[in-house]
Amino acid sequence: MNEEELVEYFRDQMRKDPDMASAVAAIRTLLEFLKRDKGETLLGLRESLTSATTCLTGVDSSVAVSSGGELFLRFISLTSLEHQDLSRCKKVMEERGELFLEKISMSRAKVAKLCHTFIKDGAKILTHSYSRVVLRVLEKAAGEKKRFSVYVTESQPDAAGYVLEKVDLVIVGAEGVVESGGIINKIGTYQMALCSKAHNKPFYVVAESFKFVRLYPLNQQDVPDKFKYKADTLKTVENFSEEHPVIDYTPPSLITLLFTDLGVLTPSAVSDELIKLYL
Amino acid sequence: MYPSIICPTEGPDKKDDMQFDRAKSEGKELTKEEKQRLRKEKKQQKKNKEKKDDKASQESEKEKKPLGSAAPASQPPTQSTTQKAPSAVPAPAPVSVPASEAPVLADKPAKSKAELKAERRARQEAERASKQGKKGETGQQAATSKPKAPPNELQPVVKRLPEHIQVDNPDVLKKLAKKLERQQIPLRMDYGYKVSLFSHLHQYSRKAPLTQQVSIPSTVIHPAVVRLGLQYSQGIVTGSNARSVALLHAFKQVIRDYTTPPNEELSRDLVNKLKPYISFLNQCRPLSASMGNAIKYIKKEISNIPSQCKEEEAKSKLLNCIECYINEKIILAAKAIAKSAIEKISDGDVILIYGCSSLVNHILCEAFEKSRKFRVIVVDSRPRLEGREALRRLVQKGISCTYVLISAVSYVLPEVSKVFLGAHALLANGYVMSRVGTSQIALVAKAFNVPVLVCCETYKFCERVQTDSFVSNELDDPDDLIVTRKGKTHLKDWQEVPSLGLLNLVYDVTPPDFVDLVITDLGLGMIPCTSVPVVLRVKNVDQ
Repeated sequence: MNEEELVEYFRDQMRKDPDMASAVAAIRTLLEFLKRDKGETLLGLRESLTSATTCLTGVDSSVAVSSGGELFLRFISLTSLEHQDLSRCKKVMEERGELFLEKISMSRAKVAKLCHTFIKDGAKILTHSYSRVVLRVLEKAAGEKKRFSVYVTESQPDAAGYVLEKVDLVIVGAEGVVESGGIINKIGTYQMALCSKAHNKPFYVVAESFKFVRLYPLNQQDVPDKFKYKADTLKTVENFSEEHPVIDYTPPSLITLLFTDLGVLTPSAVSDELIKLYL
Repeated sequence: MYPSIICPTEGPDKKDDMQFDRAKSEGKELTKEEKQRLRKEKKQQKKNKEKKDDKASQESEKEKKPLGSAAPASQPPTQSTTQKAPSAVPAPAPVSVPASEAPVLADKPAKSKAELKAERRARQEAERASKQGKKGETGQQAATSKPKAPPNELQPVVKRLPEHIQVDNPDVLKKLAKKLERQQIPLRMDYGYKVSLFSHLHQYSRKAPLTQQVSIPSTVIHPAVVRLGLQYSQGIVTGSNARSVALLHAFKQVIRDYTTPPNEELSRDLVNKLKPYISFLNQCRPLSASMGNAIKYIKKEISNIPSQCKEEEAKSKLLNCIECYINEKIILAAKAIAKSAIEKISDGDVILIYGCSSLVNHILCEAFEKSRKFRVIVVDSRPRLEGREALRRLVQKGISCTYVLISAVSYVLPEVSKVFLGAHALLANGYVMSRVGTSQIALVAKAFNVPVLVCCETYKFCERVQTDSFVSNELDDPDDLIVTRKGKTHLKDWQEVPSLGLLNLVYDVTPPDFVDLVITDLGLGMIPCTSVPVVLRVKNVDQ
């Protein structure tokens, strides 16, 4: 499977199910790639998977795609592959890949189940931009016969500060969760987090576990350029300092709780989970 | 059979009688030990009762009366009273404890030790009673064993404090003197007036090294260790990595020169040989956390030597282990940390460092070799002036440096982009223990929103928990603070001024809120400060 087929398959997956996270589509693509791969060695297989992930990040430069790809690779090669025969190894890896895919498709439901209890009847919620996970959470809460009202801001959050005094809590999704417990999300999230901290309102983040990424930014400047701008901008523009970034970094001190399919975590617990996943 | 009604007028004593009779009724013989224990227990409680009697006799009687009156013949109330009885047992004079807490506090420390001993014994009795009861009767025993659990959980675990932070306690000092006498190591005397907040720590003078009191050649202490002790106490070898490496090299020499005496096993005898050396080094200069971990490792390796191993083989194995430890935990760890840290150094950075940390210097030199463009601001402080050493090393490599004293830190911080700090130890609650002044720099950097990065190898992670710099610290020679300027030495006669104390602290403790990132080895790379206990847990599981 070469690059074009890869990209085509990925785009196809995104088109088929618009409700699916781009990371899930990427992982489906990688699984397909694994099935069709004709490599002879495990090392070669791993290298080709890594290059496939890089290729996919070239199409959709969100953090989740790269983190999902890395986790996929880690998950399937976590077992000690003692089989002498490469085809049997590949079969084991494919099975694990399917298992991984199944787990993460359930993750949104798990997150929704955990989070909807935090929405009390009569609550006023503020959210930012379009996050499918937040949508799922709100649907579930509505399904539990709770009444609440939602304010939504676009990435021109002029009204965030104005509305915050009326609001009880803030829920946002995340494109990536970094090692420090902070999140990377659509630009404007950092402002909203700062405002909610000033108003002492809880700031909740909902994210699936495949969005955990091994980055550790110290400040806004420290986020790698490849995530800050859209994929097309990365290819065409030379000087990034003049471009408007599409994401920003929210430090962990502003986040109250994170809802993931691994459970409800405080920002400092994210690093514990990552250590467990990667060590 | 023994009746199932208990009248808890005098809770503890009655309970002992119960146990006695119960055991008898089950046909078991109480062993001598148990009999002695019970006797001691009774004596202890009688003593405590007498002490409290003259203070709060009336109150205790009043409070005991409702207990006695709440003991009708039906089962549930007896259960509740039996609940009260065992829960009262752990506190020896059960109900009068709250009454006795009100009066004189001076009595409390003396009493507390006796109380704790009695508590422990009472707990043991309760446990034994429940064990015996499990084989025999059910109803009563169930009641006693059920409430046994909650009171036990409420009992705090009594941990022993290390002796080096109890210098103002004469009993501890006596014990230490006895121990050193047994090991034939001279006791080092404290020097000078100690500031009252730190009077629980040792304070030695550099002009009176321990080696003056040791005969040369020493029969008890290996010469390599004597030399090491002198190097530590005179400040020739400083820095936690340097001290650990020097320690391990000295121990290698000791192992090379060691011969197993006849009828002894190497694994046990060598460990016993090392104990006086460690006490000696501790007297010369208190052990650092890294040295403590290294010693633990060596002791473990020595005791894991199989007994059928020949001496030569065992010795070469041990030497190899030590080499590996130095290589893995210090040298290779430094390389791994440098690799992660270089990712955080970008072109155009202004990096602030404090004092002289071998690891931070290594990182900066590596980054410079990888042609990163940055400049360094070295912050220094009296009396050690270690920053000069760091400055020398960096300038030699060709890195452009600025040198300031710590009083100028808030002036210089607006132009700094990152702060790199070394650590002496990382504590289990995420606090960073480092050279005094580090916490100040972290605080000011936080106020200016400058990221603070701490670099520390995993072998310096220790299980201790500390939230302030008072509890456990090191006091250096106070005479170091005396300085001669323009021919005048003002503090020369500080000992004669009764209201003056000189304080020369060595370490301080930085809370994790001021630290943004910890860079460490073992494949972890960058972790937040709050994840240190996770690393400790994972490491312990591995070992």
